[in-house]
Formats: sequence, structure tokens, C-alpha cells
Amino acid sequence: MQTKRMTFSSKWLPYALLAPQVIITLIFFIWPSFQALRQSVYRQGDAFGIRPPRFVWFENFQALFADPLYLNSLQVTAVFAIGTTLLSMSVALLFAVMVNRMIRSRDSYTTFLVWPYAIAPAIAGVLWWFIFNPSIGILPYMLDMVGYDWNHRRDGNDAMIMVIIAAAWRQISYNFLFFLAGLAAIPHSLIEAAAIDGAGRFKRFWTIVFPLLSPITFFLLVINIVYAMFDTFGVIHATTEGGPSQATNILVYKVYRDGFVNLNIGSSAAQSVVLMSIVIILTVIQFRYIERRVNY
Amino acid sequence: MVENNRWGNFFAHVILILGVAIVVFPVYVAIIASTHPPGTFVRGVMPLWPGTHAWENYTTAITEGRSRAGTPPIGGMMWNSFIMAMAITIGKLSISILSAFAIVYFRFPFRIFFFWIIFLTLMLPVEVRIVPTFQVVADFGMLNSFAGLSIPLIASATATFLFRQFFMTVPEELMEAARVDGAGPMKFFKDILLPLSITNIAALFVIMFIYGWNQYLWPLLITTDPDYYTIVMGIQRMVTGGDSEPLWHLVMATVVLAALPPVLVILFMQRLFVKGLTETEK
Repeated sequence: MQTKRMTFSSKWLPYALLAPQVIITLIFFIWPSFQALRQSVYRQGDAFGIRPPRFVWFENFQALFADPLYLNSLQVTAVFAIGTTLLSMSVALLFAVMVNRMIRSRDSYTTFLVWPYAIAPAIAGVLWWFIFNPSIGILPYMLDMVGYDWNHRRDGNDAMIMVIIAAAWRQISYNFLFFLAGLAAIPHSLIEAAAIDGAGRFKRFWTIVFPLLSPITFFLLVINIVYAMFDTFGVIHATTEGGPSQATNILVYKVYRDGFVNLNIGSSAAQSVVLMSIVIILTVIQFRYIERRVNY
Repeated sequence: MVENNRWGNFFAHVILILGVAIVVFPVYVAIIASTHPPGTFVRGVMPLWPGTHAWENYTTAITEGRSRAGTPPIGGMMWNSFIMAMAITIGKLSISILSAFAIVYFRFPFRIFFFWIIFLTLMLPVEVRIVPTFQVVADFGMLNSFAGLSIPLIASATATFLFRQFFMTVPEELMEAARVDGAGPMKFFKDILLPLSITNIAALFVIMFIYGWNQYLWPLLITTDPDYYTIVMGIQRMVTGGDSEPLWHLVMATVVLAALPPVLVILFMQRLFVKGLTETEK
């Protein structure tokens, strides 16, 4: 990794400059993660110190992957992450393609579409929870007219649809901005050449525009999966609380419940380690992709 | 555009107007609900036209909250959120710009090692190390304090990378000139580098203020004293605290107030927001 050709020389100054960041990282990031790793291979002792913590190798992990509730949570997380990602990305792409055609109204549409990014996931959850409220909400009222009895308090699928919509809604803005930037960067000459060769609008989109957007699409795919898996705790906690009967119990919510409410430190630590490995894999994928793009 | 298709444009406008309507709808509903008296939410479906109780609802929310259910007034929670968001933003910006300066403008042993330590924070969000981080903060006696709310969140790999990238594009000659004129590193930093970075700082400020304001899990973990509740987590207490249905008119007034500051920041600083967003994630 490079520095400037010419650098300042000082024995202590660079360390002093780095110190605040590094100290905070060590205390609040590295040390707790190390603790999680350690706790994940111990069975916790009791509160009175009669039974000390015991080293149990991978028993916590074995127990975790034998636990139907955890397997359910993995599956729920997968459905939730895929649903949120597909919904927010496809809607955002549609909006971006449409806005990209506009000249005068481009900026006003953009303004109207970007602000939901400012709304916290927990608040987005509460907003949609209110709209979907079975007794007073507006959407169940409309669904009732077409004969669908909406109730996310009883029906797991309804609850899942609700949290996916709430989580995707706020993320549309983000995806929209990136797609719009990507579309604006596509050279017009390519599209004109295809048009002269007689390609229609849809053919041009699928054979030229969409392939050229693929780096951005892939990047957004990773970012959205990370968002849906790790940043959506608030959506679940403020609305369904994992229910009904575990239907929306995503991994980050479960690790919180097991650690803070059920006080099962060993299992919670093992879950943390699984989550850490997922983030590490996703980060590596994201960065490898960026390196490739830089080397074009 | 290649061909000018009037129907196509009309169709695009229809889709976009519908899209904007759907995107705006939840907030519209919240604003409407916050103007109705409590009785409205007992009978039938919620209304779609404004009611007459806006003033009452907002003053009740700001000054009283739902004191009986243990939720403090919204005014105090908004203040707490503001302090937390500002502390996180300023903290992140200052420690990141200093570390980037050290990494780019100095050569010293273990430089790469420190860079990797900072990089690791990207892979360790709070959500994956909830319990042990809580224990560390508890051991430091930082529960229920603004220090506990902000300091553990201010390490930032993305900001450090962004500043590093920017510093690499600053012409070498500036530093050579400064050295010839006898300026030390901190003088160069203060008088040359900092003024040059001002746009980047502003763009990151917008992103990080929103990040800080919207924190949820962390305040939830470390505040048990209502005096330190932040507004975004306080809403959850209003929704679930108490046995009955939530008091929707107050909840929605709170939702509107909680969303207002970050939305205003985006609307008034849209250009900086877009710059910050697209550059931090690259």
C-alpha cells in the first residue's frame, strides 16, 4: 500500500494520530469479537461460581445446528433477505430506467424518491405495521374487499410479507441512486447504434443496458443482502418481535433474544460467530469485485 | 433519446407518479393519523383526510409523551438523539481523518498492520457481537451515558478509506512546498489538508448524521434510564409499553418528529448526500 513519495518524518506522531481510532477498535470491536469466539467454545458456569465455565470444543455449534428453531431462523433469514433484495432492487431499477428518460423532471422525481433513505428501519417497520394493522389499517381494509383476510398476528406469511415490504421500502432510494448513476454512465452511442440496427426499446434494454449495469447490480446485490441480514433488526424488533410462531425470527433478532432475554451466552456466542463468518464472506466478495473493477 | 415516443413518455410519467405515491404513502398516512383525536382509532378503518387535533397531539407528545407507560416526553428524546448523532458524526470524522493522515503522509513500522486493524471493523458490525460488546461497555461503567451511546460506534473504516483515497489525489507539490517553507506536519494538516477536504467532510457529515440519528439496537441495549432514551428506540417503547392498543395518534406524531431531522438533512443537502453515499460505498 502506497504513501506519498515524500513523507514527514516523526517517530511518535503517526502513532499518536492513529491512537484514538486503533484504541477504540481494539476495545470495542476486536476484544468483544475475540470474547465471542472464546465464549462460543465454552459452556457457561452458573452465577455463583460453583460450576466454573467448561471448555466444550464445538458442542455449542453442534447444538445450534441440531436446533430446529435455529434452522428455521436460517431459512426465515434467507427468505427475508432474498425477498427484500429482489423487491427493492427491481422496483428501484424500474424507477431509475423511467427517470433516466426524463430531462426536465429528472431532479424533482429524484428528490421524491431519495428521502425514505433517511427513515430508520425501526420507523419504517412501525409505519407499515400501522398501515397493515388488521383492525384499523388501510391495506387490510382494501384486501378485505377483494376477499383476502389479512392478519399478520396469526399468519406467518402475512407477517413475512409485511416486514419484507417495510425493509425494502426504505432501501429503494439507495438502489435507485446507484442505478441512476449507472444508467447515466452508459454511452449514448451504443444505444443509438443498436437503434439504427433496428433493435426496439426492450431489446436494447436487455441486450445492452442491462449487461452494462451488471457490475452495479452485483455490487447492490451484496450490499442489499448485508442490509437485509444485519441492519433490519429494528424492523423486526419494533413490529413482529419474531412472531407469529417464529415466522419472522431472523438471525440477528434471534442472537439478541438468546443473549439478552434468554441469557444463553454460549449459544448466543456461537450464533455471533456464525454471523461473523457470513459478514466476512460477504465483505471479501464485495472487495474482490471492487479490485477487479479498478483493474479494468 | 433515440426516438421520441410520446406514449412511452406518458407511460413513464404514469409509472413514476404511481411509484412516488406508493413511496410517499406510508408517511402521508402517518402525518394524517397524527392529526386525529384518539377516538378515531377505536372505530373502523383509519381516515385519509387530516383531522383537527394536530396541535394538541404534537404538544402532548413533545411535552408529556406517555408518562404512565414509562416513555419520557419526545422533546427530551429528540435532544438525546441529536447529541448522540452529533457525537458519533464528529467523533467518526475526526478520528478517521487523523488516521488517514497518518497512513498516507508517514512511513513507520506496522503501518500496514494498523491499516488492517481498522479494516477489520468493516467485518464486525454490532449485530454480530452484541453480548460481549455490551459486557465491555458495562465493565467501563458506560451504560446510561452519552459516552456509552457514542464512543463504541465512532470507529470507521469507510471514512478512513475515503479520506485516504482523497489524500492520495492531493498533489505532492503542496506538501513539498509546505516543507520547503518550514511547515511541520500538523501545520500542513491544519492549513492545507483540512481546507482541501471540506467538501468530503461535509458529504460524510450528512451520511453519518443519518447513521447516528437512526441507531436503534445500540441505544436499546445500553439505556435503561428513560433520561437517555433516544427517539428512534423510544418509539418501540411507545408501541409495546402498556397492555392496550398503542395510542396511535401519539405514536404517529412521534414517528413524524423522529423522521423529520434526517429527512430535512437529505432534502436540503441532497447533492452532498448523493456524493457521500456513492463515494463511501465504493
